Amino acid sequence: MTGAYTEEPPAGRIAIAGGAIRLGGGAAAFEVVRDIDLAIPPRQFVCLLGPSGCGKSTLLGALAGHLALARGSLALDGEPVAGPHPERGIVFQQHTLLPWRRVLDNVAFGPKMRGVPRAERLAQAREFLALVGLADFADRYPSELSGGMQQRVEIARVLINQPRVLLMDEPFGALDAQTRLMMQEVLLDIWTRLPTTVVFVTHDIDEALFLGDRVLVMSARPGRILEDIPLAFPRPRGRDLVTDPDFVALKRRCLDLLRPRDGRPPLPRLTPLGLPLAGAA
Amino acid sequence: MSAATLETPGAALAAPRAESRRDRPRLPLRRLATRAAALGLGLLAWHLAASHRLDLGLVTFRTLPTPADVARAAWALAHSPKLGAHVGASLVRVLGGFLAALAAGIGLGLAIGRSRLAGDLLLPPLEVLRPIPAVAWIPLAILMFPSSEASMVFITFTGALFPILLNTVHGAEAASPRLVASARSLGAGRAAILREVVIPAALPSIVTGAAIGMGTAWFCLVTAEMISGQYGIGYFTWESYTLQNYDDIVVGMLLIGLLGMGSSVAVRAAGHLAMPWTRAGGRS
Repeated sequence: MTGAYTEEPPAGRIAIAGGAIRLGGGAAAFEVVRDIDLAIPPRQFVCLLGPSGCGKSTLLGALAGHLALARGSLALDGEPVAGPHPERGIVFQQHTLLPWRRVLDNVAFGPKMRGVPRAERLAQAREFLALVGLADFADRYPSELSGGMQQRVEIARVLINQPRVLLMDEPFGALDAQTRLMMQEVLLDIWTRLPTTVVFVTHDIDEALFLGDRVLVMSARPGRILEDIPLAFPRPRGRDLVTDPDFVALKRRCLDLLRPRDGRPPLPRLTPLGLPLAGAA
Repeated sequence: MSAATLETPGAALAAPRAESRRDRPRLPLRRLATRAAALGLGLLAWHLAASHRLDLGLVTFRTLPTPADVARAAWALAHSPKLGAHVGASLVRVLGGFLAALAAGIGLGLAIGRSRLAGDLLLPPLEVLRPIPAVAWIPLAILMFPSSEASMVFITFTGALFPILLNTVHGAEAASPRLVASARSLGAGRAAILREVVIPAALPSIVTGAAIGMGTAWFCLVTAEMISGQYGIGYFTWESYTLQNYDDIVVGMLLIGLLGMGSSVAVRAAGHLAMPWTRAGGRS
């Protein structure tokens, strides 16, 4: 359906070499992630799995261009990442739809920023709303939708920019269990139709194993990549997968890797924008 | 049941509150009656104090007009051609000062709220000017503006500026960094972020500031119209005092109160129309 304006499928190869990120200023500064060496081929679905505060969202923030590396290099299709760009779309845990824009105008935001004429961008937005199954909610305000619907709009709003990379920071973490399972299937369905490179941050092992082509397990802070697990489960994947013996074995392995070693209390969650702001939602 | 309520204490409370907010325009008859009775009691107390020429030593009602005197004076004014001229002159001045304050307050407020340099440059002088009351500006206003009309508009401007400015700063600072970051990821530049994110986010604060500013503009009107002129409600009130026309003083005061209240309501209604998303309700 989007073939009309995609002559050449965007690539989306991510390469990080010796990456490290520092947060905080002055004496309080600390290294969140270090020694990240990572190559992600185009259109791979990669899940970043790790304990709270390990820096997986921070790494995602660097991919989005909201945070800068302290050391090392980070490139998309050979070009160094410098600042946010629509070709690296990001979906946060809490939706960031503009409350003052109707759903359709929210989805059309990216094309509007590119200067696409109004009629054309609204037609595009309708297509993408239909893709996420919300064609009937175009004229609502975001506050009138449920949490799951808000995240669907968010995904449509990012995908309309035809990003080379889709970055997702625990996008279903704030949803109830039922909705989360449904949204995982919705996401896989969309991804099969519009394949892009996906980097999906989660601390839910089932979610990571169900969605990904590959799971990267990260250590506690300072976060490093502990293990790189390829997932060969055939697609399309159904819910039966979670009881598959191979799935269960991999789940046990991830649980082992994620088990806290020294009984330290879990760290506070970091965000792709850096340190959590006091009182911010 | 108790387990569910314990888990989400907000949910149980939120629903009826949202309900009552929607029903606000229709007050129950009993509460309307109570409010009317309160107004009536106030009028009665005034009438008794004025008609019995009550003298409490510290404060005296001996020379004050009764409500009936004031009503007669108001009736007379309503049938005199002077009323339109007075109200018209005042409206033009207040509106002029208010609109100038709106432009300056929103412009400066957005700059201060979004740029540290602008804040450092603009806030110190503004903080010094802010506590100066309108009356204190009169001599300077007369010196600064060759036309007395402009100096009167300036006085109402000083009254309206600060509430609008400070509320705009507050609203612009409160724009969510997450919304700004996601707009940048979608391709928004600096100007687009201001237009699409910061200004709409600050709009509720701006409307509140504008409604307060409209009130203070009327507040400063009598002060402004003491400068000169032949027309204006403030001038009418002040002239009535110098002519010892006590009934008309109260008429002028009440008229200013009514016009001030009416225009604040109009500002809030305009703001309400400009923010249709705040009526949508529900989760955020």
